Amino acid sequence: MNIRSQISMVFHLDKCIGCHTCSIACKNIWTDRKGAEYMWWNNVETKPGTGYPYKWEDQNEYKGGWEKNHQDIALRGAGKFKGLKNIFFNPYLPTIDDYYEPWTYKYKDLFDAPEGNDQPTARPVSLITGENMEVKYGPNWDDDLSGTPEYARNDVNFKDLSPADQETLFQLEKMTLFYLPRICNHCLNPCCVASCPSGAIYKRGEDGIVLINQEKCRAWRMCVTACPYKKSFYNWNTGKSEKCVLCYPRLESGQAPACMHSCVGRIRYLGVLLYDADRIHEVASCDESSLVQRQLELILDPNDPVIAKAALECGIHDSVIKSAQKSPIYKFVKDWGLALPLHPEFRTIPMLFYVPPLLPAMAKIGEEGMYESTTKELFQTIEQARMPLKYLANLFTCGDTEKVKNVLLKLMAVRIHRRSVTVGDIKADVLHQALSESGVTSDIAESIYKLTSIVTFDDRFVIPPMHREEAMELLEETDIAKGNAGFGFKIKPARGL
Amino acid sequence: MTWIKDIISPETRRWEEFYRNRWQHDKSVRSTHGVNCTGGCSWNIYVKDGIVVWETQALDYPVINKEIPPYEPRGCQRGISFSWYLYSPIRVKYPMIRGALLDLYREEKQKHNDPVKAWEAIQTNPKKRKRYQEVRGKGGLRRFTWEEALEIIAAANIYTIKKYGPDRIFGFSPIPAMSMLSYAAGSRFLQLLGGVNLSFYDWYCDLPPASPEIWGEQTDVNESADWYNAKYIAVMGANLNMTRTPDVHFAAEARHNGTKMVVFSPDFSQVSKYADQWIPVHAGQDGAFWMAVTHIILKEFHYEKKSPYFIDYCKRYTDSPFLVELIEEKGEYKPGKFLRANRTAKYKDVENGDWKFLNLDAVTLNPVMPKGSVGHRWDAKTGNWNMKFEDGLDNTSYEPLLSFIDHKEGVVQLTITEFGLNIHAKRSVPVRYIDTMNGKVPVTTVYDLMMAQYGVGRDLPGEYPLSYEDKKSGYTPAWQETFTGISDKTVLQFAREWAGTAERTKGKCTVIIGAGINHWYHNNLIYRAAINALILCGAVGVNGGGLAHYVGQEKLAPMDSWSTLAFAKDWVGAVRLQQAPIWHYINSDQWRYDGDFSDYCANPENKYTKGHTADFIAKSVRSGWMPFYPQFNESNLTLCNEAEKAGAKNDDEIKKIVLEKIKSKETTYCVTDPDEEMSFPRVWFIWRGNALMSSAKGHEFFLHHYLGTHHNDIAEEIGKGKTEEVKWHEIAPEGKMDLVVDLNFRMDTSALYSDIILPAASWYEKADLNSTDMHSFIHPLSAAIAPVWESRSDWEIFKSIAKSISELAKTHLPYPIKDIVTAPLSHDTPDELSQTSVKDWSKGECEAIPGKTMHKFAIVERNYTELYNKFISLGPNLQNSPIGAHGNNLMVNDVYEDLKNHHPSVEWNGKSYPSLKEDVEAADIVLQMSTLTNGELTCRAYKNMEKKTGLVLADLGEANREVKMTYKDLQAQPKRYNTSPLWSGIMNNGRTYSPFTYNIERLVPFRTLTGRQSFYLDHEVYLAFGENLPTYKPSPKPEVYGDLRKTVAEGRAKILNVLTPHGKWHIHSTYGDTLRMLTLSRGMEPCWLSEEDAEALGISDNDWVEVYNDNGVYCTRACVSSRIPKGICIVYHSPERTYTQPKSQVRGNRRGGGHNSFTRVRLKPNLLIGGYAQFSYHFNYWGPTGVNRDTHVLVKKMEKVVF
Repeated sequence: MNIRSQISMVFHLDKCIGCHTCSIACKNIWTDRKGAEYMWWNNVETKPGTGYPYKWEDQNEYKGGWEKNHQDIALRGAGKFKGLKNIFFNPYLPTIDDYYEPWTYKYKDLFDAPEGNDQPTARPVSLITGENMEVKYGPNWDDDLSGTPEYARNDVNFKDLSPADQETLFQLEKMTLFYLPRICNHCLNPCCVASCPSGAIYKRGEDGIVLINQEKCRAWRMCVTACPYKKSFYNWNTGKSEKCVLCYPRLESGQAPACMHSCVGRIRYLGVLLYDADRIHEVASCDESSLVQRQLELILDPNDPVIAKAALECGIHDSVIKSAQKSPIYKFVKDWGLALPLHPEFRTIPMLFYVPPLLPAMAKIGEEGMYESTTKELFQTIEQARMPLKYLANLFTCGDTEKVKNVLLKLMAVRIHRRSVTVGDIKADVLHQALSESGVTSDIAESIYKLTSIVTFDDRFVIPPMHREEAMELLEETDIAKGNAGFGFKIKPARGL
Repeated sequence: MTWIKDIISPETRRWEEFYRNRWQHDKSVRSTHGVNCTGGCSWNIYVKDGIVVWETQALDYPVINKEIPPYEPRGCQRGISFSWYLYSPIRVKYPMIRGALLDLYREEKQKHNDPVKAWEAIQTNPKKRKRYQEVRGKGGLRRFTWEEALEIIAAANIYTIKKYGPDRIFGFSPIPAMSMLSYAAGSRFLQLLGGVNLSFYDWYCDLPPASPEIWGEQTDVNESADWYNAKYIAVMGANLNMTRTPDVHFAAEARHNGTKMVVFSPDFSQVSKYADQWIPVHAGQDGAFWMAVTHIILKEFHYEKKSPYFIDYCKRYTDSPFLVELIEEKGEYKPGKFLRANRTAKYKDVENGDWKFLNLDAVTLNPVMPKGSVGHRWDAKTGNWNMKFEDGLDNTSYEPLLSFIDHKEGVVQLTITEFGLNIHAKRSVPVRYIDTMNGKVPVTTVYDLMMAQYGVGRDLPGEYPLSYEDKKSGYTPAWQETFTGISDKTVLQFAREWAGTAERTKGKCTVIIGAGINHWYHNNLIYRAAINALILCGAVGVNGGGLAHYVGQEKLAPMDSWSTLAFAKDWVGAVRLQQAPIWHYINSDQWRYDGDFSDYCANPENKYTKGHTADFIAKSVRSGWMPFYPQFNESNLTLCNEAEKAGAKNDDEIKKIVLEKIKSKETTYCVTDPDEEMSFPRVWFIWRGNALMSSAKGHEFFLHHYLGTHHNDIAEEIGKGKTEEVKWHEIAPEGKMDLVVDLNFRMDTSALYSDIILPAASWYEKADLNSTDMHSFIHPLSAAIAPVWESRSDWEIFKSIAKSISELAKTHLPYPIKDIVTAPLSHDTPDELSQTSVKDWSKGECEAIPGKTMHKFAIVERNYTELYNKFISLGPNLQNSPIGAHGNNLMVNDVYEDLKNHHPSVEWNGKSYPSLKEDVEAADIVLQMSTLTNGELTCRAYKNMEKKTGLVLADLGEANREVKMTYKDLQAQPKRYNTSPLWSGIMNNGRTYSPFTYNIERLVPFRTLTGRQSFYLDHEVYLAFGENLPTYKPSPKPEVYGDLRKTVAEGRAKILNVLTPHGKWHIHSTYGDTLRMLTLSRGMEPCWLSEEDAEALGISDNDWVEVYNDNGVYCTRACVSSRIPKGICIVYHSPERTYTQPKSQVRGNRRGGGHNSFTRVRLKPNLLIGGYAQFSYHFNYWGPTGVNRDTHVLVKKMEKVVF
């Protein structure tokens, strides 16, 4: 066993409000500068929808992620070898239009316009060319089902639904939406690292954060192609690629990443997981049908004394193991089985997990055209929920609807249990069935309820100590490091091309 | 795997400092955003290298209790993007002026060498005046100095005061709670000046008139954490994700605690995602749904099941058991007014007997006069204003009879009108006959009337619904289908679950409601329909229950102390506070484009329900119902002066002489001749708001008549000949305003169209206080950095304007001068007992008695040389008059003395005063003098209430006696304020704030006619409008509403109902122009269209479209979405003309406008009444609201796009 620690995250989609506060928290701190304007390390998508960049999930187009190659796996698009052959031509790279051409406005005209016969207005201009431009796409263009004919209807996750079934999803009776916030998954089997010809990308041993070394990056942009989540971006100003750094400077000082801190829907959780690095390759190469299950098996129980001891022996700090034992992620992912990886079929073993959303009950249109929304019991059943299970399964479980259904049953069982406790109008057999069908006991239901509902900030984000002193010690005496901290020059990376 | 690297070469990871350096910063400071979002979020503002770089939410709200989710973090996508503004190219850095005006001024100043004379020379020359007016908004702005800016502003003010009087000077600033000192700066300045503050909450249409109707309360709602206590949540007209972004987690978390949530919205709105059921009620038809819900509740839970909790609640806390007289008219009976106690022999001599009412003792069946009505509130003998079941005369206990159904002496048939299908049904009420001084009269209870109104037959004779499936009978589940498009079965399930939950949980059902309902013409009725379903289920005044209306951050928690400062009550005894909807309707000449209101308002026919709204307003003003400024067709200063010349020796004699002039019509009201020059508003200060765009209902009429610049309205003036009292001028004036001054940190539409733009400090550059009704904390704005470039805080700006006026007054207005101020009959004062019936003194129907049959008068002495000194000093009135709000008044003279000793002071004319020179000093004074933040005063306030009510209440204050907050305390951490009688929620012992818990648990009456929650509104105008009982009225039809009289559909254009709900990427117009929000949206505010309508119009997603009607045009792009239903389109509130707005092709290649370009305001006349219990004026509390949701537009593709 080669035990490693990984900072991992859970996003509870049932609570996500699609506000994008996370996106701006990130943008303000990290990507509000030339060459990075179009980058949204954190973005939020409306589902159904095509997202950012346009149709990023469609690997037939972008060739991101791994593909199974007999008993092994290989990068689908931008392998180091393939990449080197295409030094000047990387055909699967998204173009700026797939992201969007960043723009601003000629605000100054409002102040400077000379007296005329009509009112001045600030026109949009390209942040790349400085010319007047037509705004045609943005990082959140299909927000809240904007432009359904062109966007939501082209969602690749509809692939297993018949055209007729797809169409009903845009009618009154079944229409729905939910939000999918996305950051870098800080994968265990990251394509970006594997694809980099310069060896500039690495996964930090102490916490699993995947970083692009801004000194070593040579702008091959193989990572941009390789990442199936399209979370590696090319900075056209510095000529380096950049990506989510999971706010390691904040984590190192015990603070939640900015996107998580700012999550006003309180949907986000962060904590440490222990896993067995020796089995990554084997898991990433397994059959698609067992990918989710095998990924979960990689994650080890930090409360098991054998594991804890072995972790210590693998060099994991005692304080990190303690933190792992309190990790809310472990509870959601392993104890309760409520959180699932996004597109596990990309085989990167993403370490960001999602609790799928419950959605409103379907309705029907009666004989006289009246809209009828009634349910047999107080709450709708999982089958009555608006989004087909198949769609959610295509997002989270390689198409396995049973797995998604099981999660939703658990979520609903918690609600029914709490209704029973707080109001008492749930029939005994209904409560019993909800609990037994989902395999949730009332004690577990209480625990889930607490971590979902009345949870505090400190229980949502259990951040392990980063022991920076130990890292510094390798470079210089720590007392000297203390005095030296901050002296030096802020020099931006030299252009990579 | 090779990519999991150990730190073998730490040197190669040195580069990681790259991102660490970015994160490093120098300090963080707590502040918030002074914006009307009702968020009230605490933020940390980060400063690095002396520059504000970003912000993150503060996480340290005190925990209320551990059984509910905590408040952290609060703050949304808009708030977190604020730092963009500070250094952006849209930031106003220096004072700016319209170049044409500056040139004129400098030229005249050169000539006259006197600022006032220079201003006069411009204003008295029509050509010169027009020269700068007609280029308003059209560029040509110039930077100038603060010194010159203050000089011109002072000159314009002095000139206006001298020529017309100070009531021609206006200020508009919205929603003080969001940055209360910044608001107070301007209002204090104006009130000391004799100027006028325009209201906002009603103008924005955020005020729900149903709240004063039912509860006598402006708005009082659950803090968002209390949603968590609800077990059934109905969301209607509120899109929680969009508008309650920091709070919506409580709803999501409540769901996981077993709460059911149902969302009503015509579109699949963002909050629908959380619903267990989404009910797409046709836009604006929610009232019909709720009427049917109530029908079921009354039938099944009240009549059949007689749910004890519901019945007991109605008896005790509502007007249900009150007796209503049935009046015979032409052989038919109609419900009339409440039977007055003094009509009976037993109570004929009681004090205020016209304002005390009757129940029937359930045992003796004799009439009893319950305590707690408005009459008891204002009795000389206090102690009977409570909701105990006790006779107000002899204190005997009794149990009221709720219904006469089992004790009837007879049955009387009434005609019940249902306005939707226009059904007139004969239905019965059980009656008893009461001996009055003029014989026996038939009476019934409100409860029995409700049963008849909602069609619950109870085996009485008459035309009742045959079943729930009866489509032809009002308020059945099947009846509502016609209006809502929702099946009867859906209503039935909802109603049973709703009432069932309330029954089990004792009222834990909550309606979260918002602008999506409140902006319809008949919003008061829709609200009443929903509120009644709450009250009948005992769901008001309990934690987890009630009507949670969130539209506008109106809850300024320390209202008592703040209003003292803000309206300069420490110096001046009378204020000029204007109801804005009637003001804009009249002054921006929108009344000229309006016809007879009966064309679009469904009413029974009678003398009140026909005519022009402008006439109704004129009547309202002279009757003392509504305020109106400017007051008279001559200067108030001149009126006083002339009265003195005519021999008046004191203030009373001045009032008398003026009254005679009014009665003889020598002096007339400006409201009756608004287009006469003497009536124009002249100077307009705008601060903290976007008065010319986002809140300007009828924006193009503002441009047209206020500003005199170009506009895109083509509406027809159909008002001609329709008014009897308001004078018609053949040509409407264009450009009434002499000077528009805007204080702003960004170049928004109001700034762009103003004459002078003063650079205002932003929310990260000044000290201020913030409170909201979403949570129960008070917290600060703080300066993370000094105001950038030449900007100044609002406090500093108005202080400096006051100073320059004081200086200039030394020459132009050197002596004290008298000003006569008119004021309406006001709520929460004995004025509530003024008018038992509607009588018009001007028609000789009664004597003109100020303060009784007409408005009041006050005389105020103005000394303009002391304006500045008074501004910066806390005035001496606090030594001898009480302060307070909502009828809670208390002496604070000891606090004043304490401030004199322990607070910085200012000295002038040999006297010393507590200082208000600095904003932080003002903040500390607000905190020291409020019952919410000073525990001693809290205790004092409850003691006062004990005297008024005869109840034990002091214990509520004791828990907080030690509290004494300062501004610095708040900077350290937001603080939860005290439970105070100023508000109606009890928060002690870690309870979440839920309104009216104080009334329900402690039997303190509601501030209404009966002292109870009102089902029945017995004012004769309500009777005339058929709104005495809750009812349904259809939305005005577009063809009679008149937005499309001249606009003809040419080519592929389609009539759609345009909705303007609050959006995702802005708070009104703020943030909407930031690069952040524009990038995350579509680079502009699009027009959302359904796929069907778009297809019919040949419009594809992102095509340019024009959205237009007679009132104006907005050019934008289409956002085509399946979540929008056919027949409506959505333009989220609020775009600006300042970015990416092309020229309209349908209106002659002129720049398009915004969402208010297609609105024009209509006012609902029955909301104009006054002098009658809760129907008495209070600023932002009562009066018609600026409705706009019934607007229809044409939408068509824009083939040619020109910038």
